[in-house]
Amino acid sequence: MDLNLTESELKFRDDLRAWLKENLPEKPIKAESDNDPEYWNALRDWQKQMFEGGWAGVTWPKEFGGRGATSIEAGIYMEEMAAFDAPERVGTIGEGLIGPTIMAEGSDEQKEFFLPRILNATDIWCQGFSEPNSGSDVASLATKAVLDGDDFVVNGQKIWTSYAKVADWCLLLVRTDNDAPKHKGISALLVDMKSEGVSVRPLRQMSGESAFNEMFFTNVRVPAKNLIGKLNDGWRITITTLMNERANLGSSIYIMFKNNLDKLLGRMKELKRGGIRLADDPINRQKVAQMYLELEIFKLTTNRALSKIAKNATPGPEGSILKIYWSEMNQRFVQSTMEILGDQAQLQDFDDGSWVHAYLRSRGNTIEAGTSEIQRNIIAERVLGLPRSY
Amino acid sequence: MNFDLSKTQKMLQDASRTFFQRECPIAKVRELIDSEHGHDSALWTRIAEQGWTGLTLPEEHEGLALSLVDLAVVSEEIGHCCLPSPFVATTWASSLIDSSGNAELKKTLLPSLALGESIATVALLDEDSDWNPATVTMSATSSDAGVVLSGSKRLVLDAGVADTLLVVARIQDDLVIAVVDKTASGLRMEPTPGMDLTRRYYQVDFENVSAEILASGAEAEAALKRSIQIGAIVACADLLGGMEWVLKTTVEYARSRQQFGKAIGSYQAVQHQCSDMLLMNESARSATYYAAWALHENDPAGDEAVGIAKAYCSEAARLVGNSGIQIHGGIGFTWEHDLHLYYKRAKSNEYLFGDPSHHREQLAQLIIN
Ligand SMILES: Cc1cc2nc3c(=O)[nH]c(=O)nc-3n(C[C@H](O)[C@H](O)[C@H](O)COP(=O)(O)OP(=O)(O)OC[C@H]3O[C@@H](n4cnc5c(N)ncnc54)[C@H](O)[C@@H]3O)c2cc1C
Repeated sequence: MDLNLTESELKFRDDLRAWLKENLPEKPIKAESDNDPEYWNALRDWQKQMFEGGWAGVTWPKEFGGRGATSIEAGIYMEEMAAFDAPERVGTIGEGLIGPTIMAEGSDEQKEFFLPRILNATDIWCQGFSEPNSGSDVASLATKAVLDGDDFVVNGQKIWTSYAKVADWCLLLVRTDNDAPKHKGISALLVDMKSEGVSVRPLRQMSGESAFNEMFFTNVRVPAKNLIGKLNDGWRITITTLMNERANLGSSIYIMFKNNLDKLLGRMKELKRGGIRLADDPINRQKVAQMYLELEIFKLTTNRALSKIAKNATPGPEGSILKIYWSEMNQRFVQSTMEILGDQAQLQDFDDGSWVHAYLRSRGNTIEAGTSEIQRNIIAERVLGLPRSY
Repeated sequence: MNFDLSKTQKMLQDASRTFFQRECPIAKVRELIDSEHGHDSALWTRIAEQGWTGLTLPEEHEGLALSLVDLAVVSEEIGHCCLPSPFVATTWASSLIDSSGNAELKKTLLPSLALGESIATVALLDEDSDWNPATVTMSATSSDAGVVLSGSKRLVLDAGVADTLLVVARIQDDLVIAVVDKTASGLRMEPTPGMDLTRRYYQVDFENVSAEILASGAEAEAALKRSIQIGAIVACADLLGGMEWVLKTTVEYARSRQQFGKAIGSYQAVQHQCSDMLLMNESARSATYYAAWALHENDPAGDEAVGIAKAYCSEAARLVGNSGIQIHGGIGFTWEHDLHLYYKRAKSNEYLFGDPSHHREQLAQLIIN
């Protein structure tokens, strides 16, 4: 066991630090309203700037325009981005989920066309999996695609699709064989969101904003060459994507938690309640220390997982452990934050309503990317080897 | 960066697992529980022959000069088999001696501890103090030979079998660590049995006991801090080994026990508890081994890492134990089943070297100030 960074890991870190010092935007990038175009443009610019500096797709192989970094370096990347309070990455779905899926399963033509556009933020992607009647049991999906000449014709509805309103492309799961068992009749299509017959309706979240959407497909023609992998082999591809999703989401999310915790510590030093500084209250100190230690352990377990991925190449079902860990940790965090800051934390104009938003948004964490219940089923059955429950 | 154990660390892990499985099956644990001192000197000698009583001590004092990660590896196996022994006490005491600057006492005390020929313990807690040595109040007075001690210490581990007691006291504002021989006059001890059947605690009273000084002042403070941190690593690894046992035993039971015509492990209410046990186990592993590494490397994050590990592992082991008992149903609540041995040991480990509240407060000082 040696947790010191190797020479090349140190160089990676120092190069990134030097680049961030030069290039970090002076003002934080913030949205004025839902789907504020300036916000998205600014994020695209930032992604593009990172790409040009060689800091987008760091774990992607060099042949696909990435940096060829190791999984350990990816961990360093997430830590440094946190330390520098860097803006949100607009490309995370494309870079973390869609890109690796195209690399693993896509045709040469698809790789050539799509991969560079993901890295330089030409294309923002969304993930069209869930449907009104197919959530946890996504393999039961009903959106239908029928081959007609050189095109698939797609009809159906997707729901809860994050980024659909701003996305250029969608990885869409469709049913291409009605008679086969449910897992065997699914295919994955790469769909241009500007195609005729695609309509997107924002859905308002309980946290106020509209980050997810409904998507309707009415006789949408998708060129057959945009099928990824083989016909009716979409389920296997979905699993690849979902594993990447679980392994990935945590990394970028560490950034957010760390910044929030620092912000909370700052507030605790400034504000008083009942005549004493929040930071001097022994109960508050216990709570914030607990938050801090849980977050640090999250980083350590992530690093251990990265150490393992470095050897085995793909993330395994252990990703479910990290998914449960961070999502439930965040829910405990926001509760503790509300307790520590007290009654003012409920106000929309206190710290721009950021605590209110964090508190409410956290409820989605244990639902998105596979619910906590589904993750626990996966661990019980695939890691611990307990008998299947269904 | 590589989080995996090295080749030699893996060999140590295999060797110690095999050793303890052979030498200390649960029947042996139960036999030792019923013995007077909870200590088998013949087994202790065999442990010493492996070098594990001097694992991290310098070679010049008969130690193996291995790292704290290696110490965690062996401690994890000790926790996994639930071994009753003065391992924690002696490791704490020898680390304290080793962390001091007293070359002479190192030469006289360390070799026999490393070779398993003698046993030592540390008497830290007095009536009002906690695990922060700054709160120790027991007073000592200077004498020609060193100091004279009067007062009481509580929760002294394995005092009944210790040849040497390292007593933490104070001369005015200065902390002092005094070396007391078990034959010293004015020394009295009384067993104070705790919940943990695998460990022996004593109340030790001192009435004008003469002692030599190991260290005093800032040097004593630094050595104590380091040795308590090493002790905390041992406790964390012991907790981790215990958790691993509880998880494995529980998953096996959930696979084989049938109710309503199916294995109980096919019910999600049971599955989800098992998944959480694994999550806590994995998190405890990350925290423990990182802390061992960081402390060994004198990494700036060492202090913080030890506190994080001790606070987390203590709570995780308790929660894993709760689920382990619950999933076993009635049999899990019996004296006959071995679960309670681990459950009770987890509780004494939780308090040893500072409980979660203590470490969270220490952590708060680090992150707020
Ligand atoms: C913020 C957010 C963003 C999202 N973004 C996307 C996106 O970009 N693309 C996309 O495709 N989807 C997205 N989703 C959808 C998400 O993946 C689904 O909501 C999720 O998989 C659950 O499906 P469901 O909502 O249909 O709930 P259901 O599957 O109906 O589940 C309801 C409840 O039943 C439980 N349950 C279901 N099956 C089982 C079982 N077998 N065992 C035990 N309990 C079970 C669930 O855990 C849950 O508690 C997003 C969701 C959220 C909240």
